[in-house]
Amino acid sequence: METFLGVVIGGLLIGGLYALIAMGLSLQYGVARVLNVSHGEFIMLGALTTWSLYTAFHINPLLSLAVCGPAAFALGYVLHRTVYRRILATSPSPGVFESNSLLASFGLLFVIQNVALIAWGANTRGYSYLAVPVSLFGVLFGANQLLTLGCALVVGVAFYVFLARTRVGKAIRAAAQDSTSAALMGVNINSVLALCFGFGAALAAIAGMLISMCYPVTPVMGIPYTIIAMIVVVLGGLGSIPGSFLGGLVLGLIGSLVTYIEPSLTLVAYYLIFALLLLVKPTGIMGR
Amino acid sequence: MQTGKASWLRLRTPVLWLALLAAMGTLSLYASPYTVIMVTNILMYVILTVSWVLFSAPTGYISLATAAFFGVGIYTSATLGGQLPLPLIILTAGVASFVLAALVGALTLRLKGVYFAFFTFGLVELIKHLLLWYEVSVTGVRGRFVVSADNVTIYYIILGILVILLLTSYLIRRSRVGLALQAIGEGEDAAAHTGINVSAVKTFVFALSAVFAGAAGAAMATRWGYVDPYIAFDYLFSFTAVAMAVFGGLGRFEGPILGAVVFAFLRELLITRFPYVYMLVMGSVLVVTILYLPQGLVQLAQKSTWRRLRGHREPA
Amino acid sequence: MSLLEVEGITKNFGGLAAVSHVDLRVDEGEVVGLIGPNGAGKTTLFNLLSGALKPSSGAIRFRDENITGLKPHQICHKGLARTFQSVKVFGGMTASQNVLAGAIFGDRGQMSPKQAGKEAARLLEFVGLSAVAAAPARDLTLANQKRLEVARALATKPNLLLIDELMAGLNPTEVAQAMDLVAAIRKQGTTVLIIEHVMKAIMSICDRILVLHHGEKIAEGTPQEIATSRTVVEVYLGE
Repeated sequence: METFLGVVIGGLLIGGLYALIAMGLSLQYGVARVLNVSHGEFIMLGALTTWSLYTAFHINPLLSLAVCGPAAFALGYVLHRTVYRRILATSPSPGVFESNSLLASFGLLFVIQNVALIAWGANTRGYSYLAVPVSLFGVLFGANQLLTLGCALVVGVAFYVFLARTRVGKAIRAAAQDSTSAALMGVNINSVLALCFGFGAALAAIAGMLISMCYPVTPVMGIPYTIIAMIVVVLGGLGSIPGSFLGGLVLGLIGSLVTYIEPSLTLVAYYLIFALLLLVKPTGIMGR
Repeated sequence: MQTGKASWLRLRTPVLWLALLAAMGTLSLYASPYTVIMVTNILMYVILTVSWVLFSAPTGYISLATAAFFGVGIYTSATLGGQLPLPLIILTAGVASFVLAALVGALTLRLKGVYFAFFTFGLVELIKHLLLWYEVSVTGVRGRFVVSADNVTIYYIILGILVILLLTSYLIRRSRVGLALQAIGEGEDAAAHTGINVSAVKTFVFALSAVFAGAAGAAMATRWGYVDPYIAFDYLFSFTAVAMAVFGGLGRFEGPILGAVVFAFLRELLITRFPYVYMLVMGSVLVVTILYLPQGLVQLAQKSTWRRLRGHREPA
Repeated sequence: MSLLEVEGITKNFGGLAAVSHVDLRVDEGEVVGLIGPNGAGKTTLFNLLSGALKPSSGAIRFRDENITGLKPHQICHKGLARTFQSVKVFGGMTASQNVLAGAIFGDRGQMSPKQAGKEAARLLEFVGLSAVAAAPARDLTLANQKRLEVARALATKPNLLLIDELMAGLNPTEVAQAMDLVAAIRKQGTTVLIIEHVMKAIMSICDRILVLHHGEKIAEGTPQEIATSRTVVEVYLGE
């Protein structure tokens, strides 16, 4: 029973992070139609920045949120305003836009990753923050892990409320449904798409900040997270923010279970789930 | 004379290709061992790039599975090395990649655009982790030593694979299959209703393109001597092939070759001393190409563009 | 002699029946019209006949053979070709390559490239596009793209041609030309099933007309009978 609880709670702990990462990608792919393979690089930037601030200036990791979040948002926003908007303007069809923006995001992946490698070097880094054991239903967890889940839930819910309640949030949801009619109804579509891209990047950087509290960080850590985010987005249904959140938790649980049985096959299991899902139900668990 | 000039124009391309082939075919006679190794590396990238273009350019499906097929070739070599003669190993690697690609293609080529790209991307990671798990838990070793061959032999094998690949893509472009591929790229529904067996054509050409990546992997493994799953199934091989092809330009036969040669040469110059700078340059060039040179490098080679660039001095 | 026999064909999307228990028969040499309001299920019916969709139930017999559930390219090879409501020409290829593709692949590779080229040239002439044979299909006018689709479909040597809205969006002169084209297609021996909204045209070119409404066949008869049918007038013509 304790093992079972351990697996479930462990799954939720990692699932919270997956949910956050996937919500970010869901905004970028579900709304702005950019399959952003450089998504994980924003996670990496958030993680390494947090690490630097903590080790150099002893700044509390949670406070680095104030730096990482806005900076990543600005970077994402500017990227969409410059790179993706130009591709959108020059692509004759949605299909061409999807391929070209995918290729451009590959280029950005290389750029960001290698700038980070030059800046931080290839070493694996880490720091110890709140690494004290806490007992939960008789199972021991790190306090930092619980904090991570807490933050992920708060950020996730806050963002959902933002989408549901504010004017900008409603415009984003309208654009996710159908960008042409949203534009007709007076939504400034270009700026909404750029906002989505910025929010996606900010969510990634926040997730990176949380990840750095519990796991080692390196400049090449991004790609596995990108893959996980894409799997969750497909799992949860394209463009569905609640779906991404739920999908993240589900994948976390599955991952926790597989890790318990055979740790080296976790990514394999994720990928097999993704493959089956694509072949059987490409619209996802919450998809239409 | 007018007719003389016309016939020279008609013959110019084949004559140039033959001269290039003759120069490449005798390289080991006049070039230093170092040059032979460098040219081998460059040709390997040309193979990966052109084999990617064979399927992905006409159909518009972005495959990121190149590294998977290349890796299958590498591991074929690592497993069979010493047990079979090298040409047979390379043939086996080609067949193994063909079978894998046919399976993957039959399953996934009905997925729309980016899903396919993503699926093939994950495929590389899947095989890598499965193999790693197998090696660690069953065979108990992480890497394998590969029976090596001498550099000149490897050079000629790689050159041979490239020549066959170029001939294959040239013939396919001019064949019924090429017309079918083009129609599929323009519109799959219409192609199917025009009598084209869309899934069969896509799967076949995808599998065919994998043969060359697999064969190249088998040949290159004999030079590296030691491989492990991380070396063999490195998604960089997939990205690089796509970046080189897009950089060169997909619209013309020579484009991807040119892109691969330029990039692979740059790689040779930078990779050992400044690996991050090389990849940074590659990433930036890919972004700039997509934004400002949609037809790729060959676009620059066209006269009108030159004139426009000289006339207006466009900011890059 | 009957060429196409459809029995009780039904297609459900979720809980919604887009086409519901439709019976349909087309005889050799006929021109049959298919009309109905938007969303009546006309294009869905075409998709079912040509294999783009699999029916939920019902059977399709074509030339005394059961073709239910075959793939689009197989149905094309059986001799049933189609055009599309929203044109789907191969935009980046020239007009003549479009037709060439039909000639080469529609005939299961029976034709040599040389024969196929001749056939393509003949069909471009037939639909009146010889002058633009070398132009990329995407540069053609809408009317010409629709003609090009007809030529590409004819190149597959069909016994039955399904034409989905040849005349929508065309001006009166072009409509008249399109009507002549349908007459010419019939004259050269191809049976035609045509979806059309231009009433005047469909009344004058068809031998029989079927009316679909909410996925069901509500009337069938000669143009005369359809024009005077109370049911049809109520749901469709009267509006």
